[in-house]
Amino acid sequence: MRFADLLRFALQVLGGYRSRTALILLAMGIGVAAVVAVSAIGEGARLYVVNQFGSLGTNLIIVLPGRSETAGAMPGVLIGKTPRDLTIDDALALKRSNAILRFAPLIIGAGDVRVGNRSRETPVLGTTAEFIQVRQMDMAQGLFLPPGDPHHSQPVCVIGAKVASELFGPKPVLGEWLRIGDRRFRIIGVLARQGASLGFNTDEIVVVPLASAQALFNTEALFRIFVEAKSREQIPLAKADIEEIIRLRHEGERDITAITQDAVLATFDRILRALTLAVGGIAAISLGVAGILVMNVMLIAVTQRRREIGLLKALGATGQQIRAAFFTEAIMLALGGATLGLAVGKLGQLAIGQAFPDIPFTAPWWAVIAAPLTAIVTSVLFTVVPARRAAQLDPIQALSKR
Amino acid sequence: MIRLTGIERIFRVGDEEVHALRGVSLDIEQGEYLSIMGPSGSGKSTLLNILGLLDRPNTGRYELNGHDVTGLPDDELARVRREAIGFVFQFFHLVPRLTAEQNIELPMVLAGIDPAERRKRLDTLLAAYGLEARAGHRPDQLSGGQCQRVAIARAMSMGPTLILADEPTGNLDRHTGQEVMAVLEQVHHDGGTVAVVTHDPETGARAHRRIRLVDGEITGDESA
Ligand SMILES: Nc1ncnc2c1ncn2[C@@H]1O[C@H](COP(=O)(O)OP(=O)(O)OP(=O)(O)O)[C@@H](O)[C@H]1O
Ligand SMILES: [Mg+2]
Repeated sequence: MRFADLLRFALQVLGGYRSRTALILLAMGIGVAAVVAVSAIGEGARLYVVNQFGSLGTNLIIVLPGRSETAGAMPGVLIGKTPRDLTIDDALALKRSNAILRFAPLIIGAGDVRVGNRSRETPVLGTTAEFIQVRQMDMAQGLFLPPGDPHHSQPVCVIGAKVASELFGPKPVLGEWLRIGDRRFRIIGVLARQGASLGFNTDEIVVVPLASAQALFNTEALFRIFVEAKSREQIPLAKADIEEIIRLRHEGERDITAITQDAVLATFDRILRALTLAVGGIAAISLGVAGILVMNVMLIAVTQRRREIGLLKALGATGQQIRAAFFTEAIMLALGGATLGLAVGKLGQLAIGQAFPDIPFTAPWWAVIAAPLTAIVTSVLFTVVPARRAAQLDPIQALSKR
Repeated sequence: MIRLTGIERIFRVGDEEVHALRGVSLDIEQGEYLSIMGPSGSGKSTLLNILGLLDRPNTGRYELNGHDVTGLPDDELARVRREAIGFVFQFFHLVPRLTAEQNIELPMVLAGIDPAERRKRLDTLLAAYGLEARAGHRPDQLSGGQCQRVAIARAMSMGPTLILADEPTGNLDRHTGQEVMAVLEQVHHDGGTVAVVTHDPETGARAHRRIRLVDGEITGDESA
């Protein structure tokens, strides 16, 4: 039997039993669509988290006071006495490491920001000129903080886009003055809109020089030091240097925690990938169910088409030809169902994408390959028994009854 | 061309054994036209099925065109069936979803004959059996006589040397039955071997050689 004839024959069968064909296509389609859509959601969540971390900066190491025993878990769990503060001099000492490209110490507090009679409460960041490079942020207007000795400060500030529009409306802001507490700062720059990054919205902050923040909040202690390693490969070295430099400065106490962005990212990545695989796998079970449906329908078909199968054998069809006819039918059903499912899954993915534009929903490549493959494999597997039964049918018996 | 020697066919139903054929020996020459008659249950269909390689005898030997086909494997039997034997059934056995033409084409499709050659043979067959106007009709749009003509055209499509018909007129009225017999007789005139099982004495009498079966044994074999 020629391949083209085999296809045509299967098509004629599929066209001859329309409701049956539609039913299987539907079951297969739903299975494939479910796998694609569900894994797209999982992958979207993973990419979202990865991007959020990625937007913090590259080759980033975050240094915070306090020793966390379980590296990678949420830091700040203190063992024993209150840790020594991180100071500006601790940060400056990091210059000794060759693995470190740049760093930015950070102090955070809430400040009452006023312009004329308008005021609002915003997070106030105290940091140095390097911060903008470490965090990979952009300026919308003007300049970021000027470089210089972090012990001394000029009365200047940089504000988030939302702060600018709330305090000044459409008016130009560069060169204007604002008050935080009892101090006055001249605005030298506006941050580009970036949106939330790990729950921290840079559109809504005011950035002042480190020394000004220390005075405002009346503290010497740094909240964090953001360190950028020279390269990805140098991250572990930089981390070791940081720990060693600060340990020496803190009389041998290991009282800081340095978390690498990579470690956190990798953990999240692993968890979310596993989650996506799991839900994708659960959805794939529906394909297995569709396979069982295929088997049932095929078994019914063997009974329904007894006479036809008997006839084909009487006309000289071999058992192999009968099996081939059934498998062709099953594969065509699977392919049809998979195509339908991929289309529906894609539409579903686009629809969810419309609803949540921030999250990059994309079906991972493995799901797009695995779902149709599973559909084909299950329907072929579940056709083995019906096809064998058909091939073994005795033509005399099959033809004898009307 | 056909030589059956000592054919026994025994069916087992539970503990009972049914002797459908007992020691049947029969020689059929190329181009013969024979009828097989006998009471119901005498083994006519069983004999025809063995001749058509749909069934195997329990003992005995079957030579077809000089080859012993008794012990051939199933796939080999299917090939011989496809190429050398045409079946015509009482209930036509056409595939309902296929058109007359597609039904006639089936054996050629199974044999893997290329489409151009199929087309040529189809045109010849449709003309020969007066089915040109019915080529695109499905079986449920055809009369009984037309259905049987389609079935005969299908049986002839591979140019077999042996045509086996089991009560081909059993489901047709008298007049249509005679028409169908005339078609089968044309096959005989063209040189084919035709064996017809029938209950109708008149139909049986048209054949040149008449075999009578009783209880699985040949009790009569007369040539006109
Ligand atoms: N598959 C089978 N299993 C058991 N017994 C069978 C089988 N096929 C035929 N028989 C028996 O073998 C005998 C011959 O049957 P067969 O069908 O050849 O008769 P027949 O001459 O064609 O009868 P009819 O004129 O009614 O068609 C019968 O007794 C029948 O019951
Ligand atoms: Mg019979």
